[in-house]
Amino acid sequence: MTVILYLIVASVGIGAGGLMLFLWALRSGQFEDLDGAAGRILFEDDDRP
Amino acid sequence: MVDGSMALPAADGRVETVCTHCGRTLGGRGLASATILDGGSQFCCNGCAAAYQIIHGLGLGRYYEMRRRAAGVRALRPEADLPAIDIAAFSRVLGNGYALDLMVDGLSCAACVWLIESVLSHEPGLKVGRVSLGSRRLHLEWSGALDQAKHYVATVERLGYRLVPFDPDCLAASEDQTGSRLLKALAVAGFASANVMLFSVSLWSGAEMGPHTRDLLHWFSALIALPAIAYAGQPFFRSAWGALRLGRANMDVPISLGVLLVSAMSVVETVKGATHTYFDGAIMLLFFLLIGRFLDHRARGQARSAVEGLLALRSRAVMLLAPDGGVRACRPEAVDPGQRILVAPGERIGVDGVVVSGDSEIDVSLVTGESAPARAGQGTKVFAGTVNLAQPLVVQATAVGEGTLLAEIARLMQSAESRRGRFVAFADRVARYYAPVVHGAALATFLGWWLALGAPWEAALNNAVAVLIVTCPCALGLAVPAVQVIAAGRLMRRGILIRNPTALDRLAEIDSVLFDKTGTLTEGSLALANAAQIDGDALRLAASIAQVSRHPLAEALARAARQAGMNVRPTAAVREVPGGGLEAGDARLGSRKFCRVANNDDAAGPEIWLTRQGSPAVRFAFTDRLRADAASTVAGLKRKGFALSLRSGDRNELTRDIAQTIGIDDWVGEQSPADKVATLEAGRDAGHRVLMVGDGLNDAPALAAAYVSMSPASAADISQNAADIVFQGALLAPVTEAVACARRARSVSRENIALAIGYNVLMIPLAVAGLITPLLAAVAMSSSSIVVVLNSFRVRGGGGE
Repeated sequence: MTVILYLIVASVGIGAGGLMLFLWALRSGQFEDLDGAAGRILFEDDDRP
Repeated sequence: MVDGSMALPAADGRVETVCTHCGRTLGGRGLASATILDGGSQFCCNGCAAAYQIIHGLGLGRYYEMRRRAAGVRALRPEADLPAIDIAAFSRVLGNGYALDLMVDGLSCAACVWLIESVLSHEPGLKVGRVSLGSRRLHLEWSGALDQAKHYVATVERLGYRLVPFDPDCLAASEDQTGSRLLKALAVAGFASANVMLFSVSLWSGAEMGPHTRDLLHWFSALIALPAIAYAGQPFFRSAWGALRLGRANMDVPISLGVLLVSAMSVVETVKGATHTYFDGAIMLLFFLLIGRFLDHRARGQARSAVEGLLALRSRAVMLLAPDGGVRACRPEAVDPGQRILVAPGERIGVDGVVVSGDSEIDVSLVTGESAPARAGQGTKVFAGTVNLAQPLVVQATAVGEGTLLAEIARLMQSAESRRGRFVAFADRVARYYAPVVHGAALATFLGWWLALGAPWEAALNNAVAVLIVTCPCALGLAVPAVQVIAAGRLMRRGILIRNPTALDRLAEIDSVLFDKTGTLTEGSLALANAAQIDGDALRLAASIAQVSRHPLAEALARAARQAGMNVRPTAAVREVPGGGLEAGDARLGSRKFCRVANNDDAAGPEIWLTRQGSPAVRFAFTDRLRADAASTVAGLKRKGFALSLRSGDRNELTRDIAQTIGIDDWVGEQSPADKVATLEAGRDAGHRVLMVGDGLNDAPALAAAYVSMSPASAADISQNAADIVFQGALLAPVTEAVACARRARSVSRENIALAIGYNVLMIPLAVAGLITPLLAAVAMSSSSIVVVLNSFRVRGGGGE
C-alpha cells in the first residue's frame, strides 16, 4: 500500500503546480485587461522586432 | 493601397479631400505642402504629417487599415503645443530603472493599443510599455535616466494621444487589491477543496479501509485543508471580527465559527485517530462562499469605475491664453475664472465658461444626452466635458475644477451611489436575527448534554457541532445569490447585463417606469424624416456635398442616401464655411441662414437646407427614430399596471409628439438633470418604486437616484456604468423581459428561503436531540444547499411572462 503515498504526493503536487501557475498569471497582470486582450489578438504582429 | 483608399478621387482629376492621418476634411484650408508623401497623401497640419511619418517610418502602416475595422474610429490630431508635464514627479524607482503610469486620452479601440505598443517597442531602454484598454492606462518601465520618460511621452503624444500622469494616490485607489485578494483566496480554496475531496471520496465510500490508511488520509487532509482555511477564510474571519467588535452579528459570524469549530474538532479527531473528520466540509463551504463574494465584488467595481471615468475627463490640459496673446498649457484646475482659454476643434472643453469669440458646433451629448450638436457662438454657455467639433473657440472660464457642471454630476452620482450602498443585503438582515439563534442553540446543546445529561464532553461537543453545521445558514446564504446568478445568466444571453447585485430584487418591486426620450425611446441616431418629399436628384447632390463633412447632420444625410441605394460620389471643391454649411459651386448646403432661405415655418427638429441656382430650396428634416417596438413595449408595460411617465431634456413639442405616438400620458419636456432627480425623489416620497430607463450622462444622477435603473448599451459609456442594468440591441423589449425575469427570480428566491428555513426548522430539533452525527449534519447541510440550487435553476426555464 505504499503506492498510495506516491499517488497522494503526485496528485497534491499536480494540484499545487496548477495553483502556482494561476497565482503567477494573476501576479503578472494577465487578468487586468480582459477587454484589451480580446482585441489584441486581432492585431498581433507577425514580424514584431 | 492603404493610402490610395484614403484619398478620394475627384471629378476633375485632383485627388484628396481628407487628411490621410486624421481623416479631417481639408476643404479650402491651407495644406502643409511639404507633407505630401507617398504619391498623394496629404495632411491637414504638420502634426498629422509627423504622426504619419512616424507610423510609416516604423513600418506600422497597417494601423490605418486596422483602424477602419472599428467603425467610427479615427486617429487623433496631434496638438502642436503639448502641455509640459513634470514627468519626474510622477515616476517611481523600480529596480535599477523607473516606472510610470499614465492615463491615455483618445484611446478608442484595440488598434490604438497596438499602435502605441508597437511604436514604443522601437524605443531603446524601454523594458515595458503596455496599454490597458479597460483602464485606459499606459504602464512604462525603463532602465537608464529619469529624463527618458519625457522622450517616451513625447513619442506617444506625437501620435495624437494625450497623456495625463496618474496621481500616486489615485493610482493606489485604482488598483483593485480586494479583488485580487479574493481571487487568490478563491484559487487556494479551490485547489484545497479539490484535493481534500479526493481523499474524502475514498474515506466516505469506506470500502475495506484499514485504520492506518484512514488516519493517513486524515492527516493529509489536515495538512492541505488547515493552511488553506487559514488563508482563504480570512475575508470571512475579518468581516466577522469587525462585526463582533461593533457588537453586531453578520452572516460571516456563524460561517467563521462553524468553519473554525469544525476544523478544530477535526484536528482533535485526527489526533485521536477517530473515524470521521470534516475538513472537506469546511474548505468546500469556504470555496462556494468565496465564489459568491468574488462575483459580488466584481459587480461593485463597475459602479466605482464610473465615477473615476468622470473625473478622468477633467484631467486633461487646457490652452490658456495669456493677455499678451501667448498660449500656454496648464491643468484645468489652475485656470482662474475670468481667464480665457483656446479650445481647438476636436478638443474637449476643460472648464465651464462663455464663448468670447469663434463660431462652432459642440457635441454636448455627454452633458445633456442630446445627440444633435449644439451651435456655439459668442455668448453661448459651454460646459466642461463637451467637445468642440468644428472651429477654434475662445472661452472665458466661469467655473473650473470642482465648480463645473461635470464635477457636480460626478458628486451627484457619488452621493446617490453611497445612499444605495446602505441597502443591507437580505442575507445579512436575516443573519442578524438568525445568528444568535444558531449560536444559542449550539451552546445550549453543549451545556445541556454535558451538564444536564452528564454526557462526556466529546459527545456533547459532537452534538453541539452537529447543531452548528446543520444550522449553518449555507442554504439560506445561497437562496438569493444562486437565483441571482442564474437569472443574470439568462438575461445576459438576451443581451441584458445586470451591473448591480441587488438590481433584480429591486426591479421585481417596481410599480412605475420613467422613460427618458433621446437614445432610450428613440435610437439615439439621427435619421432623415422627410425622405418621401425629396426628389432623388436633390438628395443625391446634397449627399455628395455632405459626404466630405464630418458634421453629424451631414453624416446622417449621406447615410440616408446610401440607405436609399444611391451610389454617391463625393463632390470636388467643397468649401466648408465655419458655422454655416458647405458650398460647392453654386450649390449651398447648410443652415437656414446660410442658404438664405426666407421660409419661416417653425417645424420641429434639426434640419439642413439645400439651395441651387434655378431650383427651389429643399429642406431636409431629421428626427431621432423611435425604437421599432417602443409603442408595443410601452403598451405591454401599461397592461401590466405600471404607471408610465416620460421626462426629456428636449423641447416640449418634440417630447409631446413622442409621448402621444407611443401612448404615455404623463410627459414633461425641457427637464434638467436636477428636475429628473426631483421627479424621482417626489415619486419615492409618495411611496412609489420607480424604474428609470435612461441614457446619457445627464441621466446618470437620475439613474442613480431611481429605485432601480436601466440603460441601453448605445448610451454614453458613463451611463452604462451608472445604470443597474444595461441592455443591448435596437429594441426596447428587454425592459419587459427584465421585469418579468426579476419577478420570477423573486418568487423562486422566496421558495428557496422557505426551503432553507424549513430545512433548518426540521433539522435543528433532531440535532439538538443528539440524533444527528456531524457526518449526517454535513450531508444534510450540503443536500439542502443542492436542493436550493436546483430549485434556482427553474428561473432559467419558463417564458417571458
